[in-house]
Amino acid sequence: MSHSAHPRVGHVVPLPVLFGVLGTLLVMTFVTVAASWLDFGRLSLWIALGIAVFKASLVLLFFMHLKYDKPFNAIVIIVSMALVALFIAIALTDTTQYEPNKIPGYAPSIKTNPQ
Amino acid sequence: MSHEHPPHLQHHFDTSEQQFDAGKLGIWLFLATEILLFGGLFCAYAIYRANHPEIFVYAHQFLDKVLGGTNTVVLLCSSLTMAWAVRASQLGQRTLLIVLLSLTLLGGFAFMGIKAVEYEQKWKHGLLPGTHFAPHEEGTPAVTAAPGAPKTAPAGTIQPSATGPAGTVRAEAAETAPEGPHGKRPSNTQIFFGIYFLMTGLHGLHVLIGMGAIAWILVRSIKGEFGPDYFTPVDFVGLYWHLVDLIWIFLFPLLYLIS
Repeated sequence: MSHSAHPRVGHVVPLPVLFGVLGTLLVMTFVTVAASWLDFGRLSLWIALGIAVFKASLVLLFFMHLKYDKPFNAIVIIVSMALVALFIAIALTDTTQYEPNKIPGYAPSIKTNPQ
Repeated sequence: MSHEHPPHLQHHFDTSEQQFDAGKLGIWLFLATEILLFGGLFCAYAIYRANHPEIFVYAHQFLDKVLGGTNTVVLLCSSLTMAWAVRASQLGQRTLLIVLLSLTLLGGFAFMGIKAVEYEQKWKHGLLPGTHFAPHEEGTPAVTAAPGAPKTAPAGTIQPSATGPAGTVRAEAAETAPEGPHGKRPSNTQIFFGIYFLMTGLHGLHVLIGMGAIAWILVRSIKGEFGPDYFTPVDFVGLYWHLVDLIWIFLFPLLYLIS
């Protein structure tokens, strides 16, 4: 047990930072559950996603050392997430571009003008 | 030979730092492919939820928020013990490393145990994906096919286009669905459970693989293989475990907390 030992590679994250991150994550988990009890209408999905992105950023930056890492690793992971967001966004724009009654009962929530 | 050549340094790397950085880039690239893999499922989720919000609002009532929330806390805590384990290996704290890796592994077992309880409840209530979907709520008789009824249309019959493969879309009309304690069941509720089981199932598989990897570095840390000079496997397994946590951070609100 040599506490003075220090690695020649990587970065040692201080314990207060690790516990601070866990505390914030637990609080945000409670907040996201509490937010689901309240009714924010269409906003609730975006509130839940915003909290999830914030929590994910904390995990990436501190638990996964991205804050102290080579920036290229951050570029790799951010690009992959951006591509997923692009994929979902384009697919979502596309899915609303079809005749809703092509398949009977397929999209009952989409309001169409009576013919 | 040069004056300094650590035993863990592969001959094709010049320095420990170069070896560490190369390995780390490899792990991050692997994690990027994992995000793309789950990205496809998140896209399926987004498309179905955008087109059928009523299914998601109705079906999420059958997921247990308490169990899901407990699993979130379990996974977050196991992420902390993992990050702390990486720190312990960097500082050469062998006993602490063994304790923390064991706790992380325990967190994995707890997560899978709770997941098993949840899956069993879904199984009991017939809340299964695709053609296996046969919900039987309290006070409502089970929806079962008449004995002897053909499972598929007779040969030569062209099925209506609304009947998709493997129960993706059913011809069943919403009006005929029974009124249960959770409100009227919209048609094609099985789609939600298909997405639920696929996303949490793939995530659960990742938890199992992560647990295997943690068990492997736990054995190696008991042998005393890690210290300030060499902790790379602990760090990389840790990154994988955190990614599994990261995916759950999105899955929990998207599946359990729909309002």
